[in-house]
Amino acid sequence: MINKTVANVEAALNGVKDNMTFMLGGFGLCGIPENAIAHLVKLGIKGLTCISNNAGVDDFGLGLLLQKHQIKKMIASYVGENEEFERQMLTGELDVELIPQGTLAERCRAAQAGFPAIYTPAGYGTEVADGKETREFDGKMYVLEHAFKADFAFVKAWKGDAAGNLIFKGTARNFNPVMCGAAKITVAEVEELVPLGSLDPNQIHIPGIFVQRIFKGENYEKRIEQRTVRQSN
Amino acid sequence: MLDKIGIAKRIAKEVKNGYYVNLGIGIPTLVANYVRNDIEVEFQSENGVLGMGPFPFEGEEDADIINAGKQTITTLPGASFFDSAMSFSMIRGKHVDLTILGAMEVAENGDIANWKIPKQMVKGMGGAMDLVSSAENIIVAMMHTNKAGESKLLKRCSLPLTGVGCVKKIVTNLAVIEVTKNGFKLLERAPGISVETIKKATEGSLIIEGNIPEMVID
Repeated sequence: MINKTVANVEAALNGVKDNMTFMLGGFGLCGIPENAIAHLVKLGIKGLTCISNNAGVDDFGLGLLLQKHQIKKMIASYVGENEEFERQMLTGELDVELIPQGTLAERCRAAQAGFPAIYTPAGYGTEVADGKETREFDGKMYVLEHAFKADFAFVKAWKGDAAGNLIFKGTARNFNPVMCGAAKITVAEVEELVPLGSLDPNQIHIPGIFVQRIFKGENYEKRIEQRTVRQSN
Repeated sequence: MLDKIGIAKRIAKEVKNGYYVNLGIGIPTLVANYVRNDIEVEFQSENGVLGMGPFPFEGEEDADIINAGKQTITTLPGASFFDSAMSFSMIRGKHVDLTILGAMEVAENGDIANWKIPKQMVKGMGGAMDLVSSAENIIVAMMHTNKAGESKLLKRCSLPLTGVGCVKKIVTNLAVIEVTKNGFKLLERAPGISVETIKKATEGSLIIEGNIPEMVID
């Protein structure tokens, strides 16, 4: 077993610097690497390019990094629900690249899987395809989209072990698995760091080979963005 | 004239036994409430769940189980979770049978615009471009005209496109319309709405053949 365990978030984020490109898992506030984000805020590094499906809300998730003006460029598919984001985007402080959600996932996966680029039908004939190579396959048009290049991927899983094996829970899985191994260094934070051998190898979602550092995250808030319920009968 | 629930009820009739269905945010989400309960249907949400159930009872919300609108949901027996790449494999790979989504504009050639108004805050396309680029069966749920009373069924979309030549059917508060290679074809009228009213509210060319029946909602 190759031990990927690091003691804490400080050790896990060792080497992060100004102007780096990060991938961050999560969909809305679901499955975001809360501990890594909190520590990036504390470190105060700036000029960051962040690849993440969303940009958090004003006071949580990536919104915390936006408040401190640490993000230079955001690559996302949907960025609503964040006034500070909107303000920085309109004043030109923040560069924003909006891309289709499936393309975002596949550009991560391409980096993970060793593909330099992929062809997707998404965005063909729209401004998303402007300036990009297109090609016809079997009578349908596709757009060439390149794999992302990132310095760190910060992901959040439910359970993990010292080997870096990960299991995700519910829809908190989302972009986390496709970002594992898609950056130079993948840092996984887990709710439960379980003893080696206690995870069933049949049930592992991401094998440890895709993870360089793993640590047990603390104090998960797991904020709910839209609490919707039905009345009991 | 139909309200949003009426539109959702009419679209629910398009959902057939054995369908995997992706519902967009807004009116499309309501469709799930009106699908016949004697057929087997599974709802997919692009954030990574197949077999979505209703909202949870109070106190049973789970922050780790949400839909693409970031609402807390439940799952039904037989449900599955998966990552975003696999989710869009289901969508782009044409495994999802029906996509229902909203729109700001639809053109008579099937182009759709629903993600961006220039000079206004742009929130992003989310999964809409992936959905419309691949789905074989796309139904648009929307009002026939915008707040200014202008037609949303156009010769050409004026807003930035989400996808080209992809919409097959449109259900509005006034009509059910099929997108054909010759333009919009009127299939059904909303209760109490005349063909003339629909014609006036449609900027794109509208094909009217024979007697146009009134929609059956319930």
